[in-house]
Amino acid sequence: MAKVKSISDLTAYKNAALAGDSKHIVDSSITRLYVGMATCGVAAGAADVMAALQEEIDKNGVKNTIVIPTGCIGMCYAEPMVEIRHPDGKTVFASGINADDARKVVTDYLMQKQAGEFIKPNVGYGKQVRVALRNCGNINPENICDYVAVGGYEALAKCLTSMSREGVIEEMKKSGLRGRGGAGFPTGVKWEFGFKNNSPSGKKYILCNADEGDPGAFMDRAILEGDPHSVLEAMAIAGYAVGADEGVIYTRAEYPLAVERLNIAIGQAVEKGLLGEGIMGTDFNFTISISMGAGAFVCGEETALINSLQGQRGEPRLRPPFPAQKGLWYEPTVNNNVETYAMVPAIIAKGADWFRTIGTERTPGTKVFALAGKINNVGLIEVPIGTTLKEIVYEVGGGLPGGKALKSIQTGGPSGGCIPVELQDTPVDFETLNAIGSMMGSGGMVVLDEDDCMVNIAKFYLDFTVEESCGKCTPCRIGNTRLYEILDKITMGHGTEQDLVELRQLGEVIKDTSLCGLGNSAPNPVLSTLNYFMDEYKAHVIDKKCPAGACTDLLTYKVVPAKCFGCTLCARVCPVNCIHTVDEIVGNNKKLHVIDQNECIKCGACVPKCPTKAIVVE
Amino acid sequence: MANITLNNVKLQVADGITVLEAARANGVNIPTLCHMDMADIKMINKVGTCRVCMVEVVNPNGSSWLAPACATDIWDGMVINTNTPRAIKARRTMVELFISNHPKDCLACERNRNCELQDLAADLNIRDDRYAGKMSKHTKDTSSRSLIRDPEKCVLCRRCETMCNEVQTVGVYSAVNRGLETTIGTAFDFPMLDTACTFCGQCISVCPTGALTQISNIGEVWSEINNPDKVVIVQTAPAVRVALGEEFNMPVGTRVTGKMVAALRRLGFDHVYDTDFAADLTIMEEAHELIDRVKNGGTLPMLTSCCPAWVKFIEHQFPTLLDIPSSCKSPHEMFGAIAKTYLAEKLGVDPGKMVVVSIMPCVAKKYEAAREELANDGNANVDYVLTTREMASMLREAGINFNSLPDEDFDKVMGESSGASVIFGTTGGVIEAAVRTAASWLGGETIKNVDFKELRGMEGIREATVKAGEVELKIGIAHGLGNARTLLENIRDGKCQYHAIEIMACPGGCVGGGGQPFYGNDRTIIAARAKSLYAEDEAKQVRCSHENAEIKALYAEFLEKPGSHKAHELLHTQYVKRDKL
Repeated sequence: MAKVKSISDLTAYKNAALAGDSKHIVDSSITRLYVGMATCGVAAGAADVMAALQEEIDKNGVKNTIVIPTGCIGMCYAEPMVEIRHPDGKTVFASGINADDARKVVTDYLMQKQAGEFIKPNVGYGKQVRVALRNCGNINPENICDYVAVGGYEALAKCLTSMSREGVIEEMKKSGLRGRGGAGFPTGVKWEFGFKNNSPSGKKYILCNADEGDPGAFMDRAILEGDPHSVLEAMAIAGYAVGADEGVIYTRAEYPLAVERLNIAIGQAVEKGLLGEGIMGTDFNFTISISMGAGAFVCGEETALINSLQGQRGEPRLRPPFPAQKGLWYEPTVNNNVETYAMVPAIIAKGADWFRTIGTERTPGTKVFALAGKINNVGLIEVPIGTTLKEIVYEVGGGLPGGKALKSIQTGGPSGGCIPVELQDTPVDFETLNAIGSMMGSGGMVVLDEDDCMVNIAKFYLDFTVEESCGKCTPCRIGNTRLYEILDKITMGHGTEQDLVELRQLGEVIKDTSLCGLGNSAPNPVLSTLNYFMDEYKAHVIDKKCPAGACTDLLTYKVVPAKCFGCTLCARVCPVNCIHTVDEIVGNNKKLHVIDQNECIKCGACVPKCPTKAIVVE
Repeated sequence: MANITLNNVKLQVADGITVLEAARANGVNIPTLCHMDMADIKMINKVGTCRVCMVEVVNPNGSSWLAPACATDIWDGMVINTNTPRAIKARRTMVELFISNHPKDCLACERNRNCELQDLAADLNIRDDRYAGKMSKHTKDTSSRSLIRDPEKCVLCRRCETMCNEVQTVGVYSAVNRGLETTIGTAFDFPMLDTACTFCGQCISVCPTGALTQISNIGEVWSEINNPDKVVIVQTAPAVRVALGEEFNMPVGTRVTGKMVAALRRLGFDHVYDTDFAADLTIMEEAHELIDRVKNGGTLPMLTSCCPAWVKFIEHQFPTLLDIPSSCKSPHEMFGAIAKTYLAEKLGVDPGKMVVVSIMPCVAKKYEAAREELANDGNANVDYVLTTREMASMLREAGINFNSLPDEDFDKVMGESSGASVIFGTTGGVIEAAVRTAASWLGGETIKNVDFKELRGMEGIREATVKAGEVELKIGIAHGLGNARTLLENIRDGKCQYHAIEIMACPGGCVGGGGQPFYGNDRTIIAARAKSLYAEDEAKQVRCSHENAEIKALYAEFLEKPGSHKAHELLHTQYVKRDKL
């Protein structure tokens, strides 16, 4: 089909898509097999699964059945997975399958109606509400037809043909959308700054921050891999509102599939005239390019990102001037996160009032979280803002495995805080999480149970920020290193009570003085655990014990004399030969074994070898 | 004007200034480390990295936050407290963190007693290293003849980077690595010797600690002085005499020419001469070359070539323009060439046993002295270069009470100089000296008014047209390599036409050289040194180089005439194309 030159062209294109390539979206007369083909799925073997499904369907001439590659469905714990939508409206999942299993899905399940072990009932999304992820798992991200078929680019068309630039900004402000990258800044207000700031050259830029660096966070990747056009459309809308004709997506180089799909999407959008010159017959021009980062976490900070785009060292700039005043190439620049953009077309299409029906008064809408740690349903979830942590853990995440007790929920990525179980009824929102010493961040959520040592957890996160500090300002460069060293000392059993005072003091100064958000928030894991888990810290420094048993240096391996019968098995397996006999006869005229505490490296090799379970860990 | 409340005092301050500026203007001291503002030379290091200058800003609702005073602009109604426990704690902690990652060899550090970190630690009463821990590990770069980079002493103030990249536009330095290992390095970690560094030493001038220091040749010079087989002669550059006194707490701009000569004799140098003599010689050759180029259609403009950092800059950055600098060696090299021939004969000394030491305001001269093409018969013209600071160190080491020394005169034969040569030490001075002689020669007689004030000043790029006989000479002047780059680009692109151009690598010329006493960010010190040079020029009876009696004797007895074969052999050189990286 030729370029889309008007709204009616777009409608015609949509209708053609629904009748053709994209009929799976509306046609419930056929069986549709959606295969999760995001990086997570592909890594688990989804490509083989999909090929096997198609091959078996073709081989057996299964009628009215189609296979659709789609993005992340969100259920990481079940990858590779196939969502099977039957004509009768019933949906089931085939999860954790390989290519052979996939063949059986066709031959046994589809052809002979034998469910077998792989077929699982549809658990649904429960408390989830999918706005940013609305298309992920429902469309083929590599085919623009699918996106248009679900109403894609209609929001852009609406803006270009029936809304003024101010009107778009007003609508965004009214929606109350706040930046989902972590700062929670009102998107409409940001766009308004961009709109009002003009440079002599007249040039402005729209940036998309896709430098998702939090370990374990993959919200942005899922969107880019599952629904790239929603981001492109939103950037074009932002460009129209702000008065920019150029957009740049700054993404991680470690996201090759996202980059590939973005490139495909940009190519298709340009081909269709939905990006480029004179979009949809108007005088609005907008181009988008992709720039890949080089692996520095701090480049997710927007001014560092801008420096990096300019070929400079990725380190934050002083503010003011803000990017909306002097951003990329010192021109007014509006930068939003992927997830924020993904919500924009939905807001424009359905209206600000609709968006405000979701979430809280202060923060309307939803938030995507990457749920990880000690949780049954590890994966990507999207819930209304205001959902409580407890609801997320138990109702969406399926609770903790092994019946272990919830101890803490860590939110906000490496610079977030650890929230104790006592506060599990806290509704998630920017302010509520900040108030309890954590933060929303970009959406990492790690569930911790009784086996996790909070001192060790704080150390783990700090280790990340220490490595990733850009080194520009003193508190982050040296201060966080010192915080880490104190934590290390504590986990090694050399900590003192004074160290706990130092930790808090130094942590607070670092928060107070750092130049950018990375440094400002780096002490959060330490300060929040000091606030909520002081007893654990005290156990480490006073009793020299790790209550969770995670800090190996604080463990003591001992032989219980009454149980030892001198079999020598433990001494034989000890890699450092620190188990010796003493002159005390036990059992069968053999000598009692003892562990030399000065030599023991706490490897634990002796424990399983002891036939009488005489070796205990304290 | 804006109304602010500073430490509970209501004040009116100018709009658009920073908290730091507002505080300093009102007598409130806020310590700083990375901050450096020398706007006149575009050295504005407002990076806000050290976080030492944190002050507490109070919001209308009573809450407050910490802001870096150096990089936060004031606003109307702003309430600032500079000395609250929170601000002071933050400040102290920053300095304690610096100390925890800083080598503790202060006693053996070149910047001992002259270190901004040391001062901060003392001012903030820091008495222990309470954050002692892992320290960043880096290798010292001693590859060059001019400067040492010791990244372990670096506090990441970024001043050297700003100076090298923004002011000098040489671009050798950039921050590298992450976290605690972050440091300032060169591209691909090349040793300084293999970079496009010009060795101007301005990075040393702005470094707050001992991370950037000069290569010291004091030990070698002591050995030579103490070697009875050697005849050690010393020469002193013009800019040294107006700055050396600062090292001994004399008022800025004090001329200490006589005491300097006396001091060098007491250090044990066998003869004490003046580079100014050689500056006059340079003018003889350079003015001759200029007139030759003007009259005979040679390449114009002619660029002065006294400054080795500038010469290296053009070799790296503009290798296609290497036919425009004058072929004249720099004055101290000319001095060495003549000393080891003409003077050696006069003194009856075997040139192989003669050691020439230069006291220079410059660290690039150390590198220059080692340039192979600046040797005659394999014997370097100059054997050692000491900076003004090194000379002061030697005097202190030798226990010489500089301030009470008598004034003494330079030795004869190569000790006399004209006023023209004295002003070599400041921007515009070399070209003014050349114009004095060129105009005299072109007009057929020594000019009466020798003060070409249109060539003087501290503007980064200046131009003037001066009448020299029948010829209108169009002169360009630039100091600071960034300005030099602008001027050269204009010449390369045919945007401007000059007969002659003077370029000095250091802002202000040699008075602001990288080997001079540290002046912090007080550019008035540089102006005072320059003023003092002009005063010495005015006090001289002989104001033009070609009137210098000893120069006349040198030509009559040895060199024949300017531009002679012998002069070319000894006093001229050629340039080398170098890579940009």
